[in-house]
Amino acid sequence: MSIFPPTERVWWNQPIEKTEVMWVTIAFVWALVMFFMMPYWHISGEQNLSNEAYKVNPEVYGEKVEAWAEKYTIREEGDTGIPVVRPPAGGDVYMLGRTWEWWPIVELQKGQSYRFHLSSMDWMHGWSLLPENINIQVHPNYEMIFTVKPTSSGEFGVICNEFCGIGHHTMVGKIYVTDK
Amino acid sequence: MAEFRTCPDTGFKIDLAADKLIKWNAVTAVVFLLVGGLFGLMVALTRWPAVHLLPADLFYLALTAHGLDVLIVWIVFFEVALIYFCACVLLNARMVLPKVAWLGYILMLGGAAITNVAVLSGESSVMFTSYPPMMAAQEFYLGIILFAVGALLACLVFFATIITAKKERTYEGSLPLVVFGAMTATIIAVFTILSGAVILVPTWLWSLDLLANIDTLMYRVIWWGFGHSSQQINVVAQISIWYAIAAILFGAKPLSEKVSRGAFLLYILFLQLASAHHLLVDPGISSEWKIFNTSYALYLAVLASMIHGLTVPGAIEAAQRKKGFNKGLFEWLRKAPWGNPVFSGMFLSLILFGFLGGITGVMMGTEQLNIIIHNTLYVPGHFHGTVVVGTTLAFMAMSYWLVPTLWQKELVFPGLAKWQPYLFGLGMGLVSTFMMGAGTLGVPRRHWDMTFADATLGYDFPAAANLMMGLNGVAAVIGSIGAAIFILNMVGTILWGKAKVPAPAAAAEAPAAPSVTGAATSYGSAGTMEVPGTFVLALIFLTAFILYYFVNWKYLSGVWGLS
Amino acid sequence: MSDESRGDGSIPLMQQLLDSPILLLIIGVASPAIFYTLWGVMEIISIPLAP
Repeated sequence: MSIFPPTERVWWNQPIEKTEVMWVTIAFVWALVMFFMMPYWHISGEQNLSNEAYKVNPEVYGEKVEAWAEKYTIREEGDTGIPVVRPPAGGDVYMLGRTWEWWPIVELQKGQSYRFHLSSMDWMHGWSLLPENINIQVHPNYEMIFTVKPTSSGEFGVICNEFCGIGHHTMVGKIYVTDK
Repeated sequence: MAEFRTCPDTGFKIDLAADKLIKWNAVTAVVFLLVGGLFGLMVALTRWPAVHLLPADLFYLALTAHGLDVLIVWIVFFEVALIYFCACVLLNARMVLPKVAWLGYILMLGGAAITNVAVLSGESSVMFTSYPPMMAAQEFYLGIILFAVGALLACLVFFATIITAKKERTYEGSLPLVVFGAMTATIIAVFTILSGAVILVPTWLWSLDLLANIDTLMYRVIWWGFGHSSQQINVVAQISIWYAIAAILFGAKPLSEKVSRGAFLLYILFLQLASAHHLLVDPGISSEWKIFNTSYALYLAVLASMIHGLTVPGAIEAAQRKKGFNKGLFEWLRKAPWGNPVFSGMFLSLILFGFLGGITGVMMGTEQLNIIIHNTLYVPGHFHGTVVVGTTLAFMAMSYWLVPTLWQKELVFPGLAKWQPYLFGLGMGLVSTFMMGAGTLGVPRRHWDMTFADATLGYDFPAAANLMMGLNGVAAVIGSIGAAIFILNMVGTILWGKAKVPAPAAAAEAPAAPSVTGAATSYGSAGTMEVPGTFVLALIFLTAFILYYFVNWKYLSGVWGLS
Repeated sequence: MSDESRGDGSIPLMQQLLDSPILLLIIGVASPAIFYTLWGVMEIISIPLAP
């Protein structure tokens, strides 16, 4: 019994029942399948997060984002005063998280690839693109860069899903994707 | 010199010092389950959009307290009781260093109290994870550090006791499988606590202004070595309880000592690597590190869990078949004592943990699949499927046996106890399911208002998301009633329970300790007994696993391109 | 003194490992400390500064 010591002094050499052998074999094969799915997806899947990142001073990052936004702003979002920035297709896109907004709003073109830069000015934030449900952890002092290729068009929400203080639930940004 | 009493139900020799420590740790655990559970109910009722109980500041405060009090305090106090029980009672051993064990208890209690006060005073609503650069009051970190030191002392007492027991020959040969499992949990606890010390001590110094800053990425990597591994202790403790209950109720032997212990060895080596599950969408960490660690090196710890998932019910099946429940595939299961909360709690824990907690954990621990669930409500959905309907339910089942046995009292509400595991399992199982459902729609975790009512820019979740959060609230109320019945039963039994009359019938059912010479049985394992019913159950599980896994790859393939 | 006095010679190596709590404790702490923590910390240290 499992609550008493094994009564055989040498239990290692006892035979294993065939159900167990079969199950261990099946489970091990399944484990291998799951393991190799990850490298396989790196080779032939379309959704792999890049690991490119740099250490960066939040102020320096903020200046970069502002300079970029100033260059490509096409309009303001209603009467909110938030700029909507449309970078050239295939170019860089910058977004920053701070209490409590994702700034600025960007407009992308469907089917084009962009180099997306993301960092935080203060706390840790969670970049959550909806309804796609793409989620990325955003750190202050680290600039993360990955390639994004929108495959659907319309208006997308960017919410924060890492707790960042009392106004966390008001931290919402936006991405527009146009068909051309 | 240690003094002993003999347990009238089981015949085990119980060191009186250990007896007291087991009881105090278990009772303290239940008190914190009550406190943490109440906070949890308030969180669920706030996230129910139509109720929206608490204001934002109190919500984040309650969420921080809920995480700490149940995820750490309730669970670890119970685990300390459990490892003392395994080391002392199951080995008929004296507790080595009971004074150190008491010091550990006081540090844990004091630490838990200090952190709770820090949270309740409103200055430390930083969530259970306390990510810098957001800073809590220094007492918040200090309390956790003291708690961890106390838990480390308990680990020390455990190891000292099992090693001394071997020397003093209170048992022969190898450790019982259940004690081996408890040892596995304790080994993982040591790594957990060391990780906690490595990161929380500097963080505490930072909160005292003695250190300039804490690197956020470094914090997350090392903190999760603590935060995630602490939940791996639970997995192992709960599996040990499954084996223990199978032995206590059915006299079940492991199908094979070698396979079950080998599976625990895989846990010792690889289970803790899964702390990487939290870092799959963080900047700058290579995919090699992510893939190797998140998969517990080739999913070897998942293999181990799948082995236990077969061998525990398999051991029960073998024991039941030996008793003559041999008809068809499932007579052994149908004729199991479903009205006994010790069994029903344990078996529900096994099933719900596998289907709700296990499968989803592996899915979201996949490097790329994590992108579509990270930090959504799916994550708490998953871990309510592990820690609540897995671990907590297993601990409840064990308590229904442990409390009447140790205190020698009858349960005060046996009728309610019969239903309690079903009520709690159903309620919290649905909580887990609804949160995961909402998470797949993108509903964020740790979020006060998913309607974004006072945000400049809004976002509208589909109506289904709101519906699921409402149902989640209803399910949480059901689960809370289940938890309340458990707590009432335990506290009532200890305070007002009638003294047990050693019934001859009950004594006959209780497992008789085999003589030390091992005359009772000639094998430590159930040997060549076939377990076809369990194998069919295992194949059903595997089918669900495979389908769910690939459905999520299908979801992933539909989102925007990322590279 | 019965079994023990004959020494551990007849007990398979793997069983001896599984019967040694301290050895298991050491590998149980070393494995994640190396693969998860040390390797992870090295990854973070090697993140370059922004150009």
